[in-house]
Amino acid sequence: MLQRRAREARLHDLRMVYGAGMGHLGGEFSAMDILVTLFFGGVLRHDPARPDDPDRDRFVLSKGHSAAALYTILAMAGYFETAELATFLQPGSRLNGHPDRNKVPGVETNTGPLGHGFPVAVGIALSGQLDGSARRTFVLTGDGELQEGSMWEAAMAAGHFGLDKLVCIVDRNRLQQGDRTETTMGLDPLAPKFEAFGWAVRETHGNDPAALLETFAALPFEPSRPSCIIANTTKGRGVSFVEDRKEWHHRVPTEDEYRRAVAELEASEA
Amino acid sequence: MSTQPATGSSADAATEASVQLYDCRDAFADTLLELARADARVVAVVNDSLGSTKVTKVAAALPAQVVNVGIAEQNMVGIGAGLANGGRVPFVCGATPFLTGRALEQIKVDAAYSGANVKLIGVSSGVAYGELGPTHHSIEDVAWTRAIDRLVVIVPADPIETAQAMRAAYEYVGPVFVRTSRMGVPIVHAADYRFEIGRAARLREGDDVTLIANGVMVTRALDAATLLAAEGIEARVLNMASVAPLDREAIIAAARETRGIVSAEEHIVRGGLGSAVAEVVVTEAPVPMRILGFPGFCPTGSASWLLAWAGLTPAGIAAAAREIVAG
Repeated sequence: MLQRRAREARLHDLRMVYGAGMGHLGGEFSAMDILVTLFFGGVLRHDPARPDDPDRDRFVLSKGHSAAALYTILAMAGYFETAELATFLQPGSRLNGHPDRNKVPGVETNTGPLGHGFPVAVGIALSGQLDGSARRTFVLTGDGELQEGSMWEAAMAAGHFGLDKLVCIVDRNRLQQGDRTETTMGLDPLAPKFEAFGWAVRETHGNDPAALLETFAALPFEPSRPSCIIANTTKGRGVSFVEDRKEWHHRVPTEDEYRRAVAELEASEA
Repeated sequence: MSTQPATGSSADAATEASVQLYDCRDAFADTLLELARADARVVAVVNDSLGSTKVTKVAAALPAQVVNVGIAEQNMVGIGAGLANGGRVPFVCGATPFLTGRALEQIKVDAAYSGANVKLIGVSSGVAYGELGPTHHSIEDVAWTRAIDRLVVIVPADPIETAQAMRAAYEYVGPVFVRTSRMGVPIVHAADYRFEIGRAARLREGDDVTLIANGVMVTRALDAATLLAAEGIEARVLNMASVAPLDREAIIAAARETRGIVSAEEHIVRGGLGSAVAEVVVTEAPVPMRILGFPGFCPTGSASWLLAWAGLTPAGIAAAAREIVAG
């Protein structure tokens, strides 16, 4: 069921990027299974009819350039009509290239420049701790994004405050805009970095909903510590010629590529 | 509001010896404590700046309503936005040069563009840290922050207005930046003064020339008006504490009813209060202006010495006003 949802989401996303002639397909496809599992796997406690419910779990997209993936998931979840996805990046559309909480229900904070969503998520989790609330905060970061210093300020604070209802999911696809993360500015060994900052860390297959569900079910990994999931993913996952290729960070498919990508995704549906 | 006189070295003992001076940090911290006592949602967020912001007063009384994030301004503002998302009313407090300079993108994106109900309280603004040099001078922050849409920017003049600005920031739902000083200032407002966001306070009537100031320069503008009155020049004095939004009507009226405008600010002359006033003047009612402020990076010295160095004195303001009146 989750796999089918993920394929449906990828088709929406592909249509949006192709239609707009702009977007970030690679990072959206790498993160799609994580988003689908959170929103449709019974992990995130949320109600599209009450996006301002103070007790809702929060989801923060720190890698804001994957906005089309978030819009797709929010529309599929019922925050707005899926028909609106066709307006992505069109003049005057509320579906910006990066999400705007003042316009799109379900968006918790505006992101786009890297290194912003994680500190905000720490603040949200801290508010929950101060309130004694059971609500959880999930933040999805890129792996290249971890090169921003503010990410480690946030990681340090979360560990220091013992925010055990905060979950940081790293979309570890090992590619960033210009090249491989390890060539550009190495992040490995990543798990020990988070552990050294006071986090409990688990690695999982980030494109396998079953593995993700099992990992989410184990939260919190340790008492009094924030949980970090290093989700090992493939950038562009789901379309063979997009997978693990750096040019697909923000490449737009040609008409031929679009047809082939649709065909591949639809074939995998069978 | 505290009635403790300031004891800092910034007070200009030579020229202001007979006047009681106040450190506006006391009014800020006392008001924050009152707000936090009255509303459990209020939380102070600091960057290892408990002592320098005087938030120690809040921490001593209400430790559960103070969050210290360590020396991490970007994270401090982001956490503030997150706390607001969770229903808290965060007052993010730190030295202005670092709060605004280091975390400017967080102020833009997490607070202003996101529309988060975050209050940013900058202390030790301008050249309050005069002796520490240009790294610690905050003379660009008004230009930076007033360029950010949806962000309210307030530069209070005295402890009464500082307390009022804190309450206005609390009552306003949305992001606010309050730029306070630590330099000793006398009280310029009556006890029943009511600060309003977007409204200038006319502190002295006059039809010859208008002096527009905010922050620590308001008392100097008033003293300049006294000097000018002795020469038969009647200067209107506007306290333009609300830099964004700006009281355009008060500026237009000043331009139409007096011969010109002198602005004075504890800030670089580019992009601050004078620029904000000039944007209105040139488009609505062009009149001669003089923009007084710092010309660039400043030398090292006490705050009062630096203000004198830049001509940000009653005599300096009066001299600029005379030029305008002389045509």
